Amino acid sequence: MFGSNDPLDFIDHIRENQDQFWELFSEHMSLVLYATLIGLVIAIPLAILTSRIKVLDKPMTLIANTGQAIPSLAVLALALPLFGIGFKPALFALSLLAILPIFLNTLVGINSVDAAVVDAARGMGTSDIQLLWQVQLPLAMPFLFAGVQTAVVLSIGGATLAAYIGAGGFGDWILQGLAVRNFPILLAGAVPVAVLAMIAEIVLGWVRRLVVPKGLTVS
Amino acid sequence: MQYILDNPGRVFELTIEHLQLVFSAILIAALIGIPLGILISRVKWLALPVLNISGVLYTVPSLAFFAILIPYTGIGKTTAITALAVYSLLAIVRNTAAGMNEVPASVVDAARGMGMGQFQRLRLVELPLAIPYIFAGIRLATVAGIGIGAIAAVIGGGGLGRLIFDGIRTIDSNRIVAGALMCIILALLAEYGFSKLALLLRPDMRVKAERG
Repeated sequence: MFGSNDPLDFIDHIRENQDQFWELFSEHMSLVLYATLIGLVIAIPLAILTSRIKVLDKPMTLIANTGQAIPSLAVLALALPLFGIGFKPALFALSLLAILPIFLNTLVGINSVDAAVVDAARGMGTSDIQLLWQVQLPLAMPFLFAGVQTAVVLSIGGATLAAYIGAGGFGDWILQGLAVRNFPILLAGAVPVAVLAMIAEIVLGWVRRLVVPKGLTVS
Repeated sequence: MQYILDNPGRVFELTIEHLQLVFSAILIAALIGIPLGILISRVKWLALPVLNISGVLYTVPSLAFFAILIPYTGIGKTTAITALAVYSLLAIVRNTAAGMNEVPASVVDAARGMGMGQFQRLRLVELPLAIPYIFAGIRLATVAGIGIGAIAAVIGGGGLGRLIFDGIRTIDSNRIVAGALMCIILALLAEYGFSKLALLLRPDMRVKAERG
């Protein structure tokens, strides 16, 4: 019923439509990169602020945890009636989704810095800013990195769904393949996305281990 | 909102369909995942490869996974439940293994000292102590499953996702909002209802789930 019987025919579809392949790739990756960057820019200051003002800690953690339970599709779908169709509404939704893991991980990272270490730094006369830059943030780095890794993988999946609200990306081929019941097109969209997500997870894991000193690794 | 008030029957029907999808997947995942979790907590060299492979598999976006399954399982509920079960499996295996590993060695020793065999220890000591972790894994899988289940509507899995995708196709904000809101409500109910229920049944069940 799906036109072709050989699952590997999708490779031919990619080969015959290379220009479109790279266009979808760049649409997909722009969504992921911008969403992660926006997520970083908003989440890190927010996490620092929350770690400084203790009364914020509980409500912010609760809000972020609750937010993480909300399905990506629901967030993307709600962006449509609010902001319409296209790249920007999708980017808005994906950025919201990317903020949460980065915020939560950075906050946990800063809060898990040993009180004795903070005390020692204070005793050496560090200012607030120095304490943050030279002690707390470097020690929170492994957590922050884990948050970014989660955000990137989450965004790759979210960007696939974004095709439904007209933002392009590999989801376009999946959508098209389902609509005209054509296997090669369907898989030409699905397989690259799956590979992309797995590569992102593995490579970012390596980078984390390379960048973070051995003594600081978290599982 | 308006759509839910105007079509309570339809929304209810789709909600039930959605929950059926999620819970059948969780049931399958639990039947495979709990024994697998126990196995990898016993056979240590299996733990790392099983957790790593399932961790990488978990990153595959659900829409892509549904699409890749279609050649083998076709369009419809089978594909939806298969994919959901695979995603749920990771959370359940990981948390079962964590729970088993958290049982203090002294407790296991004491049980052995009382003359309990492998299976008695497992049934009477280790599993009851690991239950809070297993439960946390199931809660996590349910919350994630409700979100992924919504996506299953594009491959004929039914459920609340139909409201969302039909709404997108016909540019009907009412239906989109109704579907999205219902999914969010279900996910939050699962997230908080589950843990409240667990605390009511077993006040000592307060553990943190290990996210995938």
